Amino acid sequence: MSKLLKTAAILAILGGGTAWWLSRPIHADPSDFEGLTGDATHGEQVFLAAGCASCHMNEETKEKTVLTGGMELPSPFGSFVVPNISTDPEHGIGGWTVTEFATALQKGVSPKGQHYYPAFPYTSYTHMAAQDIVDLKAYMDTLPASSQENADHDMPFPFNIRRSLGLWKQLYLKDSYVVTNTPGSEIERGRYLVEAMGHCGECHTPRDQFGGLDRSAWLQGAPNPSGKGEIPGITRGILNWSKEDIAYYLSSGFTPDYDSAGGHMALVIENTSKLPDEDRDAIAAYLLALP
Amino acid sequence: MKTLLTTIALSATLALPAAAQDMSAQLKARQGQFRIMALNLGVLGDMVKGATEYDATAAQAAAESLVGISMVHQPTLFAEGSDEMSVDGTRALPAIWENPDDFAAKWAAFGEVAAQMQTAAATGTDAMGPAMGALGGACKSCHETYRAPQ
Ligand code: HEC
Ligand code: HEC
Ligand code: HEC
Repeated sequence: MSKLLKTAAILAILGGGTAWWLSRPIHADPSDFEGLTGDATHGEQVFLAAGCASCHMNEETKEKTVLTGGMELPSPFGSFVVPNISTDPEHGIGGWTVTEFATALQKGVSPKGQHYYPAFPYTSYTHMAAQDIVDLKAYMDTLPASSQENADHDMPFPFNIRRSLGLWKQLYLKDSYVVTNTPGSEIERGRYLVEAMGHCGECHTPRDQFGGLDRSAWLQGAPNPSGKGEIPGITRGILNWSKEDIAYYLSSGFTPDYDSAGGHMALVIENTSKLPDEDRDAIAAYLLALP
Repeated sequence: MKTLLTTIALSATLALPAAAQDMSAQLKARQGQFRIMALNLGVLGDMVKGATEYDATAAQAAAESLVGISMVHQPTLFAEGSDEMSVDGTRALPAIWENPDDFAAKWAAFGEVAAQMQTAAATGTDAMGPAMGALGGACKSCHETYRAPQ
């Protein structure tokens, strides 16, 4: 073998090794959750603010507390089918430990060590507070079991290789918030509700060619993934609504000219309408602080 | 020759439904209808929010307008072939024509809550608040399934 070929072979192995190392699954740290006890009542608020039911509800009956899944989420890379996350130990996630649950939400990794697709918005949930995760689990543990089996995603090659998602995460699963400057506790609470919980950016922010959110156009509107039309931008400059207008929309679904929200936003509002007034005000304050 | 002509004529007839028809009258009528609803809801909503003073006559007139519109027969306005895939200038999803019974039920549900608002509007904003919430729910549940984003 010529020297050149040898060098190339070694580089390829090293390169492959680096990719393998970079794409490894990362787990949540169990010590973050030690000594925390779950409060199911507060967990329900977390469940609403994070909008879990909007995707995981029973697709047939539309029941929001029966987390059977089954909804199809279209994307340019293929179609995802939302899984069963009810308390059923076989078909759902009954029996998961808090650390396994937190690893799914914060790191996008399954108990078996596989990467999840980012259609599950863990790039937002990665910012969730440990206590909120423990409370959320305590609440979800009170919900009924469903024995519905999961359907497979309709994902063509190469997008069906989960290991490669590890590299995707290197680029897009970030510890840092998008908005780094939050003057005052209300805007800070709003940032938590929008960026960590409500995953508003998943719909309202455009994506780049790898399906990652384009943080430089944060909440400035995006094409509708399920067909024609645009999901509107919701920054202060684009929206041009007052703080009261935004808070009223999030509680009633009415725009300032009394049109009524539709599409997936109607599901979001079913959740935000059940949050306390202060939370809707905080979301509005955050949006108004955007350029 | 005759067979050929017949074939051409036949395929022309068959091809017709596929070509976009002029639906501008239907689109104007139904979009105008929804605008009338929004304007009247605005009168009621502003009173509930406290942005304007409660005025029994104005509130009742607005609620009656909603009840009146709820009686307009919708299939005339939502003619076959006037969905957003077939013609421009509309957000009406094809699902409307796939589930006509459900669409009709959602329109009927709007009629019921409009009638509740009519009763509430005579008494004052305390009763109008919940009725406003119910109306919002009726609009939202139809837009959720049957209207595309802008
Ligand atoms: C935008 C839609 C969406 C929302 C909102 C959402 N999920 Fe999911 N979730 C998914 C999809 C899609 C998957 C499957 C991912 C995969 O197979 O890689 C998933 C997977 C999961 C899994 C892994 C299930 C398993 O069998 O391994 C858990 C646990 C989960 N979600 C919990 C939650 C919780 C808790 C919330 C709310 C905090 C939530 N999800 C919100 C779409 C969503
Ligand atoms: C699952 C996708 C999705 C998510 C998540 C989502 N939105 Fe929306 N949003 C939409 C769509 C679609 C519309 C357009 C609604 C319509 O067609 O009536 C919209 C509309 C809006 C509007 C009205 C804009 C206008 O010009 O009419 C506001 C304000 C808004 N969203 C705020 C939020 C906030 C705040 C969050 C997070 C708590 C959020 N959205 C999360 C899809 C989403
Ligand atoms: C049974 C279904 C249904 C109900 C109930 C309903 N809408 Fe709509 N609405 C639609 C559809 C479909 C469109 C899209 C029409 C189009 O673009 O051709 C629409 C469009 C609109 C528009 C936009 C009109 C335009 O200028 O293009 C407004 C405003 C509106 N609706 C307000 C309301 C309000 C307010 C309510 C409740 C009081 C309501 N709608 C109830 C189905 C419904």
